[in-house]
Amino acid sequence: MVTVATEVIVDGGIGELPTDPSRVRLPKFRPGRALVLLVAGLYFLVPIIVAFKFALQNNQGHFSLAPLSAIPSQPGLAAAFWLSTRLAIMTVVISMFLMVPTVVYMHLKVPKLKPLFETITLLPIVIPPIVLILGVLPAAPLFLKSSPYLLGLVYVILTMPFVYRSLAAGLGAIDLRTLVEASRSLGAGWFRTLWRVLVPNLRSSLLSAIVLSVALVLGEFTMASLDLWETLPVWIVNFAQANGHITTLVAMLSLVGTWILLMLIVSLDRSQSRRNLKRKQVS
Amino acid sequence: MITEHDVYAASAGDTPGAGSVVSPSRTRSRLRSLRTTAPLLPFFVYVALGLGVPTVVIINLAFRGNNGHLTMSNIDTITSGGVYLLGFETSLKLAAITSVLPAILGTVLAYVIVTSRFALLRRIVATASGVFANFGGVNLAFMFIATIGFRAVVTGFLARLGFNPWNHGFDLYKFWGVVLVYLYFQIPLMVLIITPAIEGLRLSWREAAQNLGATSWQYWRRVGMPVLMPSVLGSTLLLFGSALSAYATAEALTGGTILLMPIQIGAFLNGNVLSGGTNIGYALGLAMIVMMLVSVVGYVLLQRRATRWLR
Repeated sequence: MVTVATEVIVDGGIGELPTDPSRVRLPKFRPGRALVLLVAGLYFLVPIIVAFKFALQNNQGHFSLAPLSAIPSQPGLAAAFWLSTRLAIMTVVISMFLMVPTVVYMHLKVPKLKPLFETITLLPIVIPPIVLILGVLPAAPLFLKSSPYLLGLVYVILTMPFVYRSLAAGLGAIDLRTLVEASRSLGAGWFRTLWRVLVPNLRSSLLSAIVLSVALVLGEFTMASLDLWETLPVWIVNFAQANGHITTLVAMLSLVGTWILLMLIVSLDRSQSRRNLKRKQVS
Repeated sequence: MITEHDVYAASAGDTPGAGSVVSPSRTRSRLRSLRTTAPLLPFFVYVALGLGVPTVVIINLAFRGNNGHLTMSNIDTITSGGVYLLGFETSLKLAAITSVLPAILGTVLAYVIVTSRFALLRRIVATASGVFANFGGVNLAFMFIATIGFRAVVTGFLARLGFNPWNHGFDLYKFWGVVLVYLYFQIPLMVLIITPAIEGLRLSWREAAQNLGATSWQYWRRVGMPVLMPSVLGSTLLLFGSALSAYATAEALTGGTILLMPIQIGAFLNGNVLSGGTNIGYALGLAMIVMMLVSVVGYVLLQRRATRWLR
């Protein structure tokens, strides 16, 4: 799913649109605007509502919550969900341990490599999943090829574009050098500085990187299906013939779940920055 | 342990002025510079293994024949017509339509949102476009099948209004169906990328134009459009790449029956070689890398041009 990767070329990816009134033309009410919003609203919301309605209808057309309670007992679903979960955890852990120290160190010590990093982290977009898996399968050693964790290793690459951009945006917003020097002069080692000083300061950008990574792994179909592992999205497609209502319901729940997760992150982010703002005003 | 001192020494060693330094200390500074970048090594190794090696493998195999010798036959096969050229054409057509159309619609939508009075609306759309732009693939396909599939709810509703799209040449599982579904993540993607550029249009520019007697059309023609154009074009290229390389949505929607390059690569990997040599899939992959490279590089260049006005 390339959209996950491309989305975050915009720094930060998710978040509130900044609204500086001096830069924005103040509108009068015009019917054209209302029409645009109405059409957009219909196009984007109707399919969601309809799909939920379809999923929760039985064959007689009655509305029931039975499919919801039937979800856990679907053959293969639990295994697929568990596999996707393991892959998501693996991807996030590797991605964070690889990217956070690297990008922090680069910003601190060799900032002239920034353009190089920006270019490298764009490459997973140039080589999309469908092409990457083409090269990964013949290149991977046998012990990895027979394991689902090959997918986790490759997903780390797929998450790089937005993990990097999210991190770079976060690092740009804090006074990195002062924080590190303060922490070091108080006697903290590098690991302690990273874990106790930088990670808390980068919390919101790390969080958005993690959520986007998890969303990517839980929705990734291309590589998983071609590597012949039944992750959640692969299960949805495979099981669709057996019961379309259930698979649609699972698909919709994973959409809404992602949305809620992102909303939570954004509001957490906002309350955090508001608190920081207050703190600044006090001091 | 690397100290601050090392870093300054290392960076001094890389400045052009370092040429005057005698060679032993130069090697030392190069060594230091190596030591400075050493902690970045795991990242570079990971990228080289996870991205570099597979790419080299694809390029290599694209030029190998059935028995391993160097050949151009794979490239010839995919460029000389038949099913692969058709897939190439369909992919280009799909990517062109689902990048230009969402670029226009997304810009209009983003403009309406950015200049809206309602903060809540702006916030909802901001988060929603983040989610929807990410919402490709299987889930999206299933949502649309449930919505406007052959016997789905909206289809029934439209049929009762006297217009069943399926009776008028629409088929969700064919080309225009895929277009309709792709718009669902391409438009939000456009809103997401173009919003900063639209926010960069300053009120003072418009006021200045008005003071000089410009009409609204003249303002857009002479100021607004020239400032926005590089961003819009760059974003369109990015959308083009996104549409070109999308696999999961089309695969889940059509079951692999639509002739697109990514679908053909998938079919190759699943062992369904349509025609030609065993390495034809790698040639398709290489062609795709080249096309993606063009669109992403174009995006980056145009974006750089665009930011001139947006600081």
